[in-house]
Amino acid sequence: MNTVASSTDVADYIVAQQVAADALPAAGTPWLDASRDKAKAILADVGLPTTRLEDWKYTNTRSITRSRFDPVLRSENWSDTAVIEQLKVPELNSHRLVFADGIFVSGLSSDTDLLRGVRVMSMAQLLQSEPEYLKSALGSALPESPHGFTAMNSSFISDGAFVEIGAEVMLDKPIELLFVSACSGKNRLGLPRNLVLCRSGSSATVVERYLSATKSRSLTNVVTEVVLDGSARLNHYRVVDESADSFHVGGLFAQQDQSSRLDACSVVVGGGLVRNDVLVNLNAPGAAVDLTGLYLGRGRSHVDNHTHVVHHTPEGTSREHYKGILDDRSRAVFHGRITVGSGAQQTDSEQSNQNLLLSREAEVDTKPQLEIYADDVKCAHGVTVGQLDENAVFYLRARGVGEDEARKMLTLAFAADVLAKIKLPALKGYLERCVSDLLLSVSHTS
Amino acid sequence: MLSVTNLDVAVNGDMILNELNLQVQAGEVHAIMGPNGSGKSTLANVLAGHPGYEVTAGSVIYEGQDLLQMDPEERARQGVFLAFQYPVEIPGVSNVYMLKAAVNQIRKHRGENELDAVKFLKLVREKMKLVDMKEEFLHRSVNEGFSGGEKKRNEIFQMAMLEPKLAILDETDSGLDIDALKVVAQGVNELRDASRSIVMVTHYQRLLDYIVPDYVHVLAGGRVLKSGGKELALELEEHGYGWIEDQTAELLETRA
Repeated sequence: MNTVASSTDVADYIVAQQVAADALPAAGTPWLDASRDKAKAILADVGLPTTRLEDWKYTNTRSITRSRFDPVLRSENWSDTAVIEQLKVPELNSHRLVFADGIFVSGLSSDTDLLRGVRVMSMAQLLQSEPEYLKSALGSALPESPHGFTAMNSSFISDGAFVEIGAEVMLDKPIELLFVSACSGKNRLGLPRNLVLCRSGSSATVVERYLSATKSRSLTNVVTEVVLDGSARLNHYRVVDESADSFHVGGLFAQQDQSSRLDACSVVVGGGLVRNDVLVNLNAPGAAVDLTGLYLGRGRSHVDNHTHVVHHTPEGTSREHYKGILDDRSRAVFHGRITVGSGAQQTDSEQSNQNLLLSREAEVDTKPQLEIYADDVKCAHGVTVGQLDENAVFYLRARGVGEDEARKMLTLAFAADVLAKIKLPALKGYLERCVSDLLLSVSHTS
Repeated sequence: MLSVTNLDVAVNGDMILNELNLQVQAGEVHAIMGPNGSGKSTLANVLAGHPGYEVTAGSVIYEGQDLLQMDPEERARQGVFLAFQYPVEIPGVSNVYMLKAAVNQIRKHRGENELDAVKFLKLVREKMKLVDMKEEFLHRSVNEGFSGGEKKRNEIFQMAMLEPKLAILDETDSGLDIDALKVVAQGVNELRDASRSIVMVTHYQRLLDYIVPDYVHVLAGGRVLKSGGKELALELEEHGYGWIEDQTAELLETRA
């Protein structure tokens, strides 16, 4: 690793953190100060990732590191109701929290004070009022060796969403976290930090959406930690649909206890460079995780999904199914790693990654990786990269369906099984329209 | 209805059809027979507009229009239908969804209103009976996991839905057992009428016992060697394609 180059990359962010440190929420709380300082030290040490790192081999962050982004750490009083109206999912009935460049906007959010057995609030507010409440959970699901972006997020921890679903609470109405970037101008850095605690036997749905208010360049560097206690269930959706000039680095890090179940669905519709890291630790018997993903690339966009599921204990189940549709000169990376530890007998694991290339210039690098240290397990994985079936295109045309429509129909059909996993009809319909709109400009490869 | 004149077709540079001629009037049923590799399926695909075939000479006039200038979807909307020899499986697109898109495109082309859900389903149920198809097939992905017979029935069901003026059946009998063949043939016979022409491509005489043609053409080496009435098929059955091929050889010799 080239530490000289790294330290210049991160120097601005280290200085910015030092300047801001005393004014960050709950500054002066010993454990939190120590935690931020430690993250800052890691950031200084590892720097922002470069293609020399195996995990970043195909994703060049130079487009991010050659500019300086200014962290947004406090409210800039953005409150554009017209933009929110425009960005909302029609007919999605949710408890909604809105964040502008990572900072909670109370005036645009639903009132969630009266929800029984559920806490949904601004992370900054909770840090200020009850920092000790977060001591054991905050940072507990992070990877052991976080990369520079995750360390950067942890060094600033300022705002984001805190969600806690009390034991045995079944929350039907989804919690929607709407992150709007570029509210406060060009080259702004949003650093949302979210924590979702699902107490034993609870059940809930959390939808994270990342959108742009303007076409300005921005960087979103988000970390969401999820802790599932015994038998808890969480449906988690993350939709990234930012502008073509924006950058998004996101982490979803989960710890799962006995017989808990996480269904996490990631949909990347837009963004210049999007990198998602997912780490799921199955820490007790019978835990199950289902990861699905759909990523769409067009123009010169770049989407990178890195996922890692770790089976530590017996009888765990993991399913992973990611699909990509790439047009124009877009590029995608998929790295799906599954580790089955020596104590994880009777693990049942399946992984697949399928890619549809709609243009000759589109490119995908995909790498499935199984590491198995137990001997009584069932694991399968598979990868495909292909194009639309021209015989199917002709078949549809021979039935009177126009060529564009036929290609659109087949492309949507490719995405259908991922979209079918979305249990919220309004969100599913919205995303189907997003995919379909994107395909209006579908290129003709024949 | 259809007039094919001196048609030359190449695939990857190989000449498959060679000065082929064929005239089909409204309401007629023509059988195109011939040995493997004679160009039967090529003819069917060229008429439907498959992009893999290159027409190097000749013309195809359909209802007074140059068929070769039309995209496949345009041909379908004008009433040309190809029942595929190998119907394509399309995972993720349900039969009913595809049909609805197809029916409405064709209706739109004719200047008719799109069918509402109720009328569409009524029509679907009526037409499914023709080929004895179960309703569950509607909601399954197009041809996915269908048996050979189910795929062929599905083709005829689609034909019934789209009500073409010119239907081209490409080896619709291949891979069918006798019961399935009867069902499919009965479906086709129900669709015979004075304004609809049918071109059946087949290797075997068997199909013609159930769908009796007005004319039979024997194809070999990419051209029509012999045309006649339905009795020609029986002659073929008796003598085999070798008989025609011998005649071809003689023909070529006399030409030389």
